[in-house]
Amino acid sequence: MSSIAVSTTINGDDVEYLCQPDETLLDVLRNRLGLTGAKEGCGTGDCGACSVVVDGRLVCSCLVLGAEAEGRSIETIEGMADGSELHPLQRQFIEHAALQCGICTPGFLVAAKALLEQNPNPTETEIRFWLAGNLCRCTGYDKIVRAVQAAAAEMRGEPA
Amino acid sequence: MSLDTTLQDKAFKSVGTRPTRPDGVDKVTGRARYGADFNMPGQLVARVLRSPHAHARIKSIDTSKAEALKGVKAVITSADLPDLSNGDEGLFATLDNCMARDTAKYDGHAVAAVAAIDEKTATAAMKLIEVDYEILPHVVDVDAAMAPDAPLLYDTVFTSGIEPAPTTPSNVANRAELGHGDVEAGFAAADVTVERSYKTEQTHQGYIEPHACVASCNPDGTAELWVCTQGHFVYRQKCAELLGLEVSKLRVTSSEIGGGFGGKTHVWAEPVALALSRKANRPVKLVMSREEVFRASGPTSATSIDVKIGATRDGRITAASATLRYTNGPYADMWAELGAMTAFACYDLEHVKTVGYEVLVNRPKVAAYRAPSAPMAAFAVESAVDELAAKIGMDAVEFRIKNAASEGTRSSYGPVYGPIGIGPTLQAAKDHPHMNAPLGPNQGRGMACGFWFNFGGQTCSDLNINADGTVTLAVGTVDVGGSRASLSLVAAEELGIDYQDVKAVIADTATLGYNDMTDGSRGTFSSSMATISAARNAIQIMRERAATMWDIPVEDVYWEDGHAHAAGQNHGNRAPLSVKEIAAEAGNTGGPIAGHSELVADGAGVSFATHICDIEVDPETGSSRVVRYTVIQDAGKAVHPSYVEGQYQGGATQGIGWALNEEYIYGADGRLQNPGFLDYRIPVCSDLPMIDTQILEIPNPNHPYGVRGVGETSIVPPLAAVANAVSNAVGVRMSHIPISPPRILAALADAQDG
Amino acid sequence: MIEVKLWAGLRPLADNQSVVRVEARTIREMLRKLEERYPGLAAPIRGQVAVAVDGVIYRDDWSRELPEGAEVMLMRRLAGG
Repeated sequence: MSSIAVSTTINGDDVEYLCQPDETLLDVLRNRLGLTGAKEGCGTGDCGACSVVVDGRLVCSCLVLGAEAEGRSIETIEGMADGSELHPLQRQFIEHAALQCGICTPGFLVAAKALLEQNPNPTETEIRFWLAGNLCRCTGYDKIVRAVQAAAAEMRGEPA
Repeated sequence: MSLDTTLQDKAFKSVGTRPTRPDGVDKVTGRARYGADFNMPGQLVARVLRSPHAHARIKSIDTSKAEALKGVKAVITSADLPDLSNGDEGLFATLDNCMARDTAKYDGHAVAAVAAIDEKTATAAMKLIEVDYEILPHVVDVDAAMAPDAPLLYDTVFTSGIEPAPTTPSNVANRAELGHGDVEAGFAAADVTVERSYKTEQTHQGYIEPHACVASCNPDGTAELWVCTQGHFVYRQKCAELLGLEVSKLRVTSSEIGGGFGGKTHVWAEPVALALSRKANRPVKLVMSREEVFRASGPTSATSIDVKIGATRDGRITAASATLRYTNGPYADMWAELGAMTAFACYDLEHVKTVGYEVLVNRPKVAAYRAPSAPMAAFAVESAVDELAAKIGMDAVEFRIKNAASEGTRSSYGPVYGPIGIGPTLQAAKDHPHMNAPLGPNQGRGMACGFWFNFGGQTCSDLNINADGTVTLAVGTVDVGGSRASLSLVAAEELGIDYQDVKAVIADTATLGYNDMTDGSRGTFSSSMATISAARNAIQIMRERAATMWDIPVEDVYWEDGHAHAAGQNHGNRAPLSVKEIAAEAGNTGGPIAGHSELVADGAGVSFATHICDIEVDPETGSSRVVRYTVIQDAGKAVHPSYVEGQYQGGATQGIGWALNEEYIYGADGRLQNPGFLDYRIPVCSDLPMIDTQILEIPNPNHPYGVRGVGETSIVPPLAAVANAVSNAVGVRMSHIPISPPRILAALADAQDG
Repeated sequence: MIEVKLWAGLRPLADNQSVVRVEARTIREMLRKLEERYPGLAAPIRGQVAVAVDGVIYRDDWSRELPEGAEVMLMRRLAGG
């Protein structure tokens, strides 16, 4: 099978790559572009560890083909911080001890950022259902939900 | 210098605070490197061919077509992993599990492996390997495997632990009996007795990161292994033994680990990757798929347990007994015995007897899962205890308080307890507002206790004082949940410096002495002891250096608040020297400053917890959800309370998943039907409420700071707490875990018919 | 004199006794004397044994002193998660 040439935008930068027609976006990110922040926990779209945003839409990159990125704009965990300035979600995850092993953390952060862009003031229930596609086996989700609540409040400009 | 491990009376400055973790930024930016995030030049991709049969004789394997495929660099079978176990049965079981020899013993058992230039080629090559199987009868159910006419896994296994020794083979590898007193006499003295049988299904540790490694063997006999593991020193030892390598020539680096919970204490793919690399003379990367993780790694035992408990009408237990049958997979271990040891450990019993049967079945080899074997035993016992309390009309907490073990109690597994925390956790539960909060319609409340041993083990650390006075702490226990933060706190505490001036790292096997694994809740317990010891050794050297700088006797220098102070009237007016000041002069006062420690951390102290759970059940659909949950556990001393809470919350959640949803489902063909996260459902965020925690601090007398292990006990009570809550909600005793919606509906229907 | 309790699986290797008395000041001395008296115990003592002293379980620290009158028990060495 011959490779497909793809031109896309990743974290604001123009990127070109060749990929096989059956190659997932996750494999392209990890194996061709060195962006290993997205993780493969299942390969079937059940765990959310590979979450990225494609044209504003939260997706599991293991269920998207690399070829489908043509002409689109992709955001990954590697683009979340603004230089040395962590995104409020990243900072609050650290401050709230919302990670133990951390393998699910990039996926949770990408998913939570997508939530707060749509809904800056989510209820606990809304946070829990939005994040239901991201599996965490370490934390019991308690501190993750609290970190998202704290980041949301901070982004709304409320005092801590 | 050997460490005085007795508890000190000490006011803490760093320990007990909640600073951010040193690996936090790496983990929130995607920079942290896990098992699959590492690559080597010229690396090949490995795939493992697995048996589709639950039990089959391997008549022959033809790899010639696969080897002939362009891009394939190595194909291996068991012939490439020759038996070097030299009579060590445990090592042989590990070898046979890594690569089946004459018989495939479960669906998913590895039979061959391929290394090729890319995944596509490796996958194509796998399909060209021809295995000629003779399918054998199989058995997966624990009770069915014990039946006299059950298909046998081996005709060479005769149950040990029985007198006289049996003369016919069976699937029961061992019988172990524990206890004391005379249970028959005890039951005769009971006014009320509960006797019931329970079942629990097999679960998986469910870490989100599949097993992954990169192996590189060189022609000169040296080798490197990058791997996600709970114990890289143990992996080095096992891999060296299995492959016939010299330990010193195999360097193992532990990656960041994406969860383990016991599942990454055993080697699976690593010896295979090394054997492929050896044959191909290229680095080899082997990453398991999620399906492979379910089919061929983990899991815990499925169990069948009978419990009988008798009590007087005033609420005193007179006798307790249990028979515990645990699946081991195809290789004999001591999982039932562990269940038998822990089953009644919470209680003060005059007459107690437990019997454990290790049952061999055609399922994957059982691996440790967080307080291994204790949750199932606690489920059965705590369910029966609840039922008994109800039968005599006593409150469930009061009944447990009345019968709880305390200092001086002979434990059901043998020794007499020192000071222990079961009583305080029960009292805290009784006093907790959760216990008296009102319940809504269709809701029930349950509570349960749990016990786990905890242990310590061989531990080693290096504490280097850098030229600028900052500290690098190298430890050998893998950080599974924030221990680098905890150990940095301990180093800061002991040296008297800021937490921010300490950086903890996990050293590889070539740069630090041997360390046991991070298991048995030992990571922070053991490595904090080694860190304290290393820090004290460094302080001793810094006192000597200060003495040199001041030109006074070292006996006149004492250490306080991160400074060397000159004592005595002769030198009392000298300004104290900070770590930074002493470090700056190190080159001229004797060279680099470091403290080292090699020790055995023992005396971990047993651990207890009490959990409270509220559940709401929909009687129409049988679906249930946890609406409130509280964990109360003794931590000895919480070094970093946020990560202690995290252990409590995470363990509770795993237990809730086990109780309500998770199970391996096998078809009649012995194949696993749900090897994925869609059909093997672990708890998701929307399933749960916040998990409240209460940390009790009853200091461990055998640790300088009073620390106890906290990692495992939290998974022990939830199965029973959830089962008791559901049983109270629906009015029917639930005795089969997981308590999934179909089981609840069936129980409700039975009760209506009954 | 220390009374050492053996778990059931060890008893056939020690003349079917459940309690053995030895003169020993440390765990190491106790294990050595048990081994001398019952050579069959040598194999399990290497790797399968933990020692409970007054309720505290020691897996590796064989230098631990045994207080006079201590309750000493050989247990199976445990696995953990």
